[in-house]
Parts: sequence; C-alpha cells; structure tokens
Amino acid sequence: MSCEPILRVRDLVKRFGGFRALDGVDLDLNPGEVVGLVGPNGSGKTTLINVVSGIYRADAGSIRLGEREIGKLPPHRVAALGLNRTFQVPKPFRSLTVRQNLEVAWRHRRRPGPGVREALEFVDLASLAEREAGTLNTAQQKLLDLGRALVAAPQVLLVDELGAGLGPSELELVADRLRRVAEAGTALLVVEHLMGFLGRLTRRVVVLNAGAQIFAGDLAAAAADRQVVEVFLGEGH
Amino acid sequence: MPRVWSGAAVLVVVLALCLVLPQLYANQFLFFDLMVYLALAQGVNILYGFTGYLPFGYVGFFGTGAYGMSLAVLKLHLPPVPAVLAGGVAAVVLGLVLAPLLRLSGAYFAIASLAASQAVYYVVANPSLTGVTRGPYGISLARVYHPSQSYLVMVGVLGLTLAAVLYLRRSRRGMVLQAIRDDPQSAAMAGVNVVRERVLAWLASALIAGLVGGVFAWQISVFYPATVFDLSTSIMAIVFTLFGGTGTLLGPVLGVTVLFGLYNVIGVSEPQYFQLIYGALIVLLVLFLPGGAASLLKRRGIDVL
Ligand SMILES: Nc1ncnc2c1ncn2[C@@H]1O[C@H](COP(=O)(O)OP(=O)(O)O)[C@@H](O)[C@H]1O
Ligand SMILES: [Mg+2]
Repeated sequence: MSCEPILRVRDLVKRFGGFRALDGVDLDLNPGEVVGLVGPNGSGKTTLINVVSGIYRADAGSIRLGEREIGKLPPHRVAALGLNRTFQVPKPFRSLTVRQNLEVAWRHRRRPGPGVREALEFVDLASLAEREAGTLNTAQQKLLDLGRALVAAPQVLLVDELGAGLGPSELELVADRLRRVAEAGTALLVVEHLMGFLGRLTRRVVVLNAGAQIFAGDLAAAAADRQVVEVFLGEGH
Repeated sequence: MPRVWSGAAVLVVVLALCLVLPQLYANQFLFFDLMVYLALAQGVNILYGFTGYLPFGYVGFFGTGAYGMSLAVLKLHLPPVPAVLAGGVAAVVLGLVLAPLLRLSGAYFAIASLAASQAVYYVVANPSLTGVTRGPYGISLARVYHPSQSYLVMVGVLGLTLAAVLYLRRSRRGMVLQAIRDDPQSAAMAGVNVVRERVLAWLASALIAGLVGGVFAWQISVFYPATVFDLSTSIMAIVFTLFGGTGTLLGPVLGVTVLFGLYNVIGVSEPQYFQLIYGALIVLLVLFLPGGAASLLKRRGIDVL
C-alpha cells in the first residue's frame, strides 16, 4: 500500500496503578490492510484495543484516525468517525433480539454502510434474527458482535480473538468475512492466538510482550525470531 | 391487538380504577398512596429497568418536589397546579446537580444517591434555614388544601408516568436505553452517547418523583421534613418495582398492587417487620428473580407489555 495510514498510533502508554499495561506502543494500519497482533496472555493486546477504541483513556501517546486525533474522544464519537471493534468476550445486548442488536448500531450510524438485513446475512445470522441475543451460543454472539461493528461501516476494525472457541466451519466463515471486509477497504487489526487462522488472513504481524512491541514483520519470520520464540515458550513455564 | 393499544388499554383501566374505586370504598388516602407508589415505582423502573442504576436515594427527589411545591405556594404565591410543576422542576434541578453520580457504578451509585438524599434532607431540616424552609417545624399548606382536586391531579401525574413508560417500551429511545443496560460498552461502540441517554433517563425519573412529591405535599398539606424524606419510601418503591419486574409497564403495577395491598392489610400495625421483610426481598429478588413476577408471567406466554 502506498497511501497514508488510516490509523497511526504513537508512543501509547496505559497504566493500571503502577503497572504499565502499554509501554510505548507504535502501530500503523493502511486502508484495506490486515495486521495480526499476537503476544502471550497479559501482554496488552486487549488493552491496546480498549484504548484505541476510546473505552479507556491513554495516559500518554497519540492515536490518529485519518487526520483526526481521537485519543481523547469518548467511544461513541470514535465509532462515529469510523473505528470499531469486537470484544474478546462477546458483548451482545442480551435482552434485545438479534435484529434489534444491529438496529441500535444502524440507527446511530454516521457513515453509509450495510443495512441490518444485509449485515445479518453477511455474518450468517439472518435465520436467528428474532431470537433474544442472550440465548445465542458463544460463536453466534461473536458473529453478532462482528455484525454490530460492521453496521457502523468502520474504516478501521479491531478484532479481539474472534476465532477462539469457534469450530472449523465457523472459523472458515469468519476468515472469509474478514477477508471480504478488508478487500472492501477497511483496515483490520486482528488479535489472535490461532496462527493457522491468522495465516489465512495476513502475513504481517506485530508481536507484543509486556506492553511493548518486540517484533514487527512477516509471520514466518516471527516464528524464527529468537525473542519471539522465547516469549511464547516462556508462557508455559 | 397491537401492543401499543393493549398498553394504552392498561393505562386507561388503571386510571379509571383510580377514579372509581374511592367512590366504592371510601378511603381516598389509601388510593392516593397507592397512586403515589404506582408512579414512584414507574420512576424507579425508568431508571433501573432501562439503565441498571438502582437509586436508593430516590426519595430525595420526592422530598425536593414536596418542598419545591410548598415554597412555590408560600413564597411565590403560585396556585397549586403550577406549584406542583415547580416541584417537578426543583427535582430536575437537583437531578442535574447530582448527575455526576452516574459516573459511579453499581453499589457505589446506590450508596452515593442515598447519601445525597440524606444531605438534601439535612439541609431542608436545618433550623438555621427556618426562614426559608421552616426547618424542622414543617410546612402547612392549609390555604390551598383541596383533597379532591389534588387527587385528580395525582391521577393526571400517574397517567403521564404510565404513558412515559409505555413510550419507552415502544420507542427507539427505549430500545437504546435497554441496550445501555445490557452492555454500556457495546452500546457506546454502536454509536450511542451513553452518558447523555443515562442523564436523560435520570432526569425523567427525577421529574416524576418531583411531581409526585409536589402533589403529595398538596394532598396532605401539613408535613415535616422526615415525612417527605423518609428512606422507606425509596425502599418500598424499589421493592415494588423489583418484585413486579423491571423494564415492563405491567411489572411495577403488579408489584405495587400486591405488596402495597399486603402492607395495608397486615403491615400497618407492625411496619418494622415489613421493612425487614422488604430489605430481604430486595436481596433475594436481585439474586434469584431479576425479572420479577412479570418474568414468571412472560415464561407462561403472557405479555407484560
Ligand atoms: N481494567 C484493568 N485494570 C487493571 N489491570 C488490567 C485491566 N485490564 C487489563 N489489565 C492488565 O493489563 C495486562 C494486559 O491485559 P490484556 O490487555 O487483557 O492482555 P491480553 O489481551 O494481551 O491477554 C494484564 O496484566 C491485565 O491484568
Ligand atoms: Mg485479551
């Protein structure tokens, strides 16, 4: 990609008490690009998504979406400007129907994007449209999370372990859908433990450890990188 | 029958009963109190049922409404009905002042709202403010006392309250509030201005309590600070709502009718036992039957609107 990055994160710091969950993270995403974000548990992947999406406020650093600094905006403004995300543990509106879940997002959308019907079909939930979302299984709730994010027509989509806990056919579906979202021009940051799944989406990965980037580059090169290997092997001990 | 119409039918039936029953069973005070709790329970319902905030200090708005109404009559010489509106406005102003409490979550909010209502109580009852609020000596509105008119105005306030809940159950805004209650973070990512929607629900429920407090002051016309800032008013309104079922129109109506009925049949002589039982009920309901009695009906396929 030759164009300007759509998301530009610089020197991002997030502290919880005295603990630095993010310790100076940089990240660029170009339109239509998929970047994998990997790292051991507790390395700060979810925190990065929470800070970039406005759920948490950064302690230092900058986050730019296109030309806009969004680091100090509340999440609904961030969403309106075209950045969205899914949640590691899916967070549907449990007492609303599947269709109403997407309607909430559709009624607040600020950018032209798919309709509710279209989004439901895209994430393969059209047949469950009138079901109460709390009665869905985890895989279906994850797809609903994705659908809700897509209705907002994001330019940047942050995906937090969408693959975890899915069966093979669901993984196939999700990988295909994410590829199509990226082909349509959305930049994707995909947090994932499943390397096979990630490999179907992208070659470019960023490896995080203890809140800091320790590697950025090709997926295969990451697997050969001494520091990366140590970090992942160390996890089991 | 479309649900809007069945909802409207419920509204008409409740109001008609409130108008007719006192003619058959001559205890207007009882029915007035019943309406007070029907409206307060729906006020709690709007806040808790649609946003998840449990306002233990809800009586603060009720008392503020009662005093706002009274001072509008005594100091501004307003007629009673505009004075009741002034009571509602006073409660909304207090709601705006206390809006930052909505930053707190769960138990912290419940406790802070309780503390705030007690703070208002102590200010109002303060002897050094006797010149303004008459402090601990209480209020007398003998000049405007009119039980039958105030009863009718209460029917009107109750009608307004039920209509508001019906609107929330049927409208886009109600769906959005329900989404916020289910998951505020997802709601924010769906583009919802969570803070603004919560503040609006908070102010609406403050307005209801303020109006009810205003009419209550007019109805009894002689009262003390402790009468209108009585924490058991909050507790009862919350228990009735939780018992009946939040987030619905019929739940709180059911809860008030059953529990307020029981209270008047057996509880008036031994009120302390009822407070104990109601306290325990709150805990049990939140833990084991979060949907209240209405959820039992819903499971049997009965529409609780
Ligand atoms: N809200 C929070 N309060 C305190 N600590 C947190 C919070 N969120 C995350 N952390 C801590 O920050 C670190 C990074 O967590 P997280 O971003 O969830 O890791 P990952 O998603 O990479 O597994 C962990 O040590 C975690 O305990
Ligand atoms: Mg995580």
